[in-house]
Amino acid sequence: MLGARVVKAGQVNIALFRTGTDEVFALNDRCPHKGGPLSQGIVFGRRVACPLHNWFIELENGQAVAPDQGCAGVFPVKIEAGDVYLKFVQA
Amino acid sequence: MKRMKLVMVGNGMAGVRTIEELLKIAPDQYDIAVFGAEPHANYNRILLSPVLAGEMTLKEIMLNDVDWYAQNGIRLHLGKKVTKIDRAARRIIAEDGSEEHYDRLLLATGSNPFILPVPGADLRGVVTYRDIADTEAMIEASARCRNAVVIGGGLLGLEAANGLKLRGMDVTVVHLMPWLMERQLDRTAAQMLQRSLEQKGLKFILERQSAEIVGKVGHVSALRFKGGEEIPAELVVMAVGIRPNVELAKSAGLHCDRGVVVSDTMQTHDPRIYAVGECVAHRGSTYGLVAPLFEMAKVCATHLAEFGIGRYQGSITSTKLKVTGIDLFSAGDFTGKEDSEEIVLHDSVSGIYKKLIIENDRIVGGVMVGDTGDGAWYFQMMRDRQNVADIRDHLMFGQAHLGNAGHQGQHKAAAMPDAMEVCGCNGVAKGSIIRAIKEKGLFTLDEVRKHTKASSSCASCTGLVEQILASTVGGAYMPQSGATKPMCGCTEHTHEDVRKAIRDHRLVSIPQTMKFLEWRTPDGCASCRPALNYYVLCVWPREAQDDPQSRFINERAHANIQKNGSFSVVPRMFGGVTSAAQLRRIADVVDKYGIPTVKVTGGQRIDLLGVSKQDLPRVWKDLDMPSGHAYAKALRTVKTCVGSDWCRFGVQDSTQMGVDLEQTFWKMHAPHKVKMAVSGCPRNCAESGIKDVGVIGVESGWEIYVAGNGGIKTEVAQFMVKVKTQEEVLEHAGAFIQLYREEARYLDRTVHFVQRVGLDYVKKQVVEDAVNRKALYQRLLFALQDEKDPWVERIKGASAHEFEDISL
Repeated sequence: MLGARVVKAGQVNIALFRTGTDEVFALNDRCPHKGGPLSQGIVFGRRVACPLHNWFIELENGQAVAPDQGCAGVFPVKIEAGDVYLKFVQA
Repeated sequence: MKRMKLVMVGNGMAGVRTIEELLKIAPDQYDIAVFGAEPHANYNRILLSPVLAGEMTLKEIMLNDVDWYAQNGIRLHLGKKVTKIDRAARRIIAEDGSEEHYDRLLLATGSNPFILPVPGADLRGVVTYRDIADTEAMIEASARCRNAVVIGGGLLGLEAANGLKLRGMDVTVVHLMPWLMERQLDRTAAQMLQRSLEQKGLKFILERQSAEIVGKVGHVSALRFKGGEEIPAELVVMAVGIRPNVELAKSAGLHCDRGVVVSDTMQTHDPRIYAVGECVAHRGSTYGLVAPLFEMAKVCATHLAEFGIGRYQGSITSTKLKVTGIDLFSAGDFTGKEDSEEIVLHDSVSGIYKKLIIENDRIVGGVMVGDTGDGAWYFQMMRDRQNVADIRDHLMFGQAHLGNAGHQGQHKAAAMPDAMEVCGCNGVAKGSIIRAIKEKGLFTLDEVRKHTKASSSCASCTGLVEQILASTVGGAYMPQSGATKPMCGCTEHTHEDVRKAIRDHRLVSIPQTMKFLEWRTPDGCASCRPALNYYVLCVWPREAQDDPQSRFINERAHANIQKNGSFSVVPRMFGGVTSAAQLRRIADVVDKYGIPTVKVTGGQRIDLLGVSKQDLPRVWKDLDMPSGHAYAKALRTVKTCVGSDWCRFGVQDSTQMGVDLEQTFWKMHAPHKVKMAVSGCPRNCAESGIKDVGVIGVESGWEIYVAGNGGIKTEVAQFMVKVKTQEEVLEHAGAFIQLYREEARYLDRTVHFVQRVGLDYVKKQVVEDAVNRKALYQRLLFALQDEKDPWVERIKGASAHEFEDISL
C-alpha cells in the first residue's frame, strides 16, 4: 500500500515513504522549492509529487526531477525482519 | 541480454528526434550508429534563416552537438554518405568503405533541393538553400557581390531574399506563379505580404519563367527569362522546391513513389527498415514542415522500442511564419470550394487580413496576415473537427484561448517588449521564454512549460506563450490536438478511450484499469492516478473503491492545504444561510484551537485558516457542521440572493431554491469543482451569469444558464432552458451535471466540456430528450445515495492514520 507518514523528531519532520514495490525511503519533509510537505504528495514509481507546486522529487536521493533543481535531505532507512529502522541524528 | 543494433542513415532533425524519443522509452535496447553526409552534428535547419540574416550564429543552432552522441553511446560517422544497403546481409556501406551491420535500419535521408534544369545551373555562384554549406556560401557571396536573384517565391525563397538583403545585397525574387507563397496564401494575403516586403527594399518579378543562367568565365552574371530579357545576378539562389531523397532506398529495392513509402508504423516494405522525415511518403503525402516529422519520430520510436501500439495517421499542417517581421498563418484548405462558407475580416490600413473557410459547421482552413494571435486556437478547432456553430458570430474576434489575468491585458505577444511579464503566476518575462526556446531547442508548449514554468500553473497565459513559441520556431510549431492527446506520459490512450474501456470491460479499480490498458508504468503518475480514480468511481459508483492515495492532499485530508503545510476548514452553509447557533459554534472553535484567520469566502460561507492537520478531526467534531467540500472536485456552493423572501424586487424564492439545490447535490464528485447560484430576479445579484449552473428567477418561472466560469477565464454562462417549477430546476440542473460528470475529461470545468461538445449537444441530451434527462437525473441521485459526509466519517474514526504523526 503505497503512501507516506510523517515522523516528528524534535524540530524536524521526516517524511517516510513506501512505494508500490514496498521499498521504504525517508526524506526531510520539506520540498527544496518552497518547503512544501512532501509527505502529503502522491507517490508514484520511486517519486513523489509535492502537493504545493507539483515538483517531482526522487525518493532515493531527494533530488528534484530535471529541469527543476534542488535537493531534499535524505535519511537512511533499512528494513530488518519486517521492521523499519530510521537513522536520525539529533543536531 | 545482447543489445540489438540500430543504424540510422541521415543525421537531421527528424532522425535524431526519433533517437531521442527512443532513448527516453527504451534506453538500453539498442547499440546505435549514425551516418551523416554533412560534416556537422544535428542542427536546427529552420534557424538557418536567422543565421543567414546575421541574427544567430551556427553554434547557437546546434540541437545535439558531438558530445551528446558520445554521452549517449552513439557511434557517429560524420561526413560519410551511405551508398549501399545490403538487405540480405543486413549491412550498410558508406562511400569511404565503412560498414555497419544492423538489426534495424532507420532511413532519415531528408530531401534534396530541386535544381531547375536550365543551362548554366552548374555555374559558380548558383546555390540552393538547404544546409549549412549553402548558408555559408551565401554569406560569403554577399560580401563580394552586389546583385542577388532568388528563383522561387515560396517560404524558403523569401527567407533567403530577406537574409541577403540584410547582408546588403540588391535582391530580386523571381516567381512563376501569379502571387507569392501560393501554397499557403490566397491572392489577397500574398499581395499584402508582397507590399510589406517591397517596403523593405525587395524586388519582385512574378509570372516569369527562367530560361537560362548566363555566365562569364564560369561565374554567373545574369538570369535570362523565356522571352529574352535579362537581369544582372552575381548570386542565384534556387529555392524552387525540395524532393525526397530516395536514391539510397530505391537502389536497395525498397518501394518508393514520391518518397520512401511507409505504413502507419513508419516501416518500409522491409519490416526491419524504418523511415522518417522528409524522405518519406505516407498515405500519399510528403511533409516539408518539422511538426509532422516530430510526430512521425514519436511513433517510429515506439515501434523500434517494440511497444507496437503507436500509429502515425498523417498530419494536418498549419504554417505560422514570421517572414521578415510579418506574421502569417495558414492551415488546411484556405481557398474553399463552391459551397464552403467564408468569413473574412480585412482591414487594409492596419495590415490585417483573416479568412476562415467553414464546411458543415467546422473550420477546414484559414489564412491570416498581420494578426495571427488566434492561429493556434483556430488550428486546434480544425484538428479536433470542433463544431463552431455556437461561436460562429464572434469566431473572427477570437480569444477564447486566453485567460484574462496575469499578463496586463496583453493579447498579442508580438506587441510586448522582451522585459514584459508574460506569466503572472511564475514571473516569467517574454525575453526569458524566447531565450529558453532558442538555447534549449524547445518546440512544444509542454517543453516550454517544463523549462521555464511559463503557463505551467494556472495556464492563463497559454495563448501568449503559444504565440511566442510559434513566432520563434515558425513552421515547426504544432499546437497539440485536443482530440488525440494521450491522458499522460504513461499511455497512448485518450481520456475518452479510458472511460470507454472502464465501462465496456467493467474495470473497477485503478490497478485493474492499468493492467487491462497496458499502462507503461507500474503505478501511473500524479496526473493519471487521480483521473483514473474519478473515472472508476463515476462509472461504477457502488462497486469501485476509492483509493485515497490517488487523491491530491486536499481530497485526502478533506481540507485545503496552505502554503505553510497547515489547513483551512470551510463548513457548509446551505444556500449561504446561517444561524446564531452556527456562528457561535464557529466562534468557540476559533477560540479553542487558536485559529489565526477567520475569513468570509466568495461562496457565501466562512473559512477558518491555519488549522494543523492533527487538529482537523477535533475541529470538525466541535463545529458539528457538514463539510463544505471547499477542497474537492465536487459541488462547492450554491450562492443565492435574498429573493422574494425579503427583497422588494424578488419574483422567486431564490434562497429556498438555492438551499434545495445544495441539499440535493452536495457530496457529488465531478471532474472538477462545480459552482452554482440562484438569483431571485433578472438583476442577478447572486452572479448566476458566471456559474457552472446559474439559475435566474423570472416572473413566470426559472431560467437556467450553464457553463459559466468566473475564474481564470471569465466566461458568461449560456442560456439552456426556461422551466416553471422548482422540481424542474432540480431535474434539469441535475441532468446537466450528470452529463458533465459522465462525459467530461477529468480537470475540465463545465466551460471546457461545453466548448468541446457544443451547447446544441447539451440541449439535445438534457432539454429536448425528456427520457434521457430523467435517466441522467436518476443516475446522479443513485450515485449520491450512498455518499457520506467525509467529516462525519472521520469524526467516527475513519482514516485515523491520515491525521496522526509518528512521534519519536
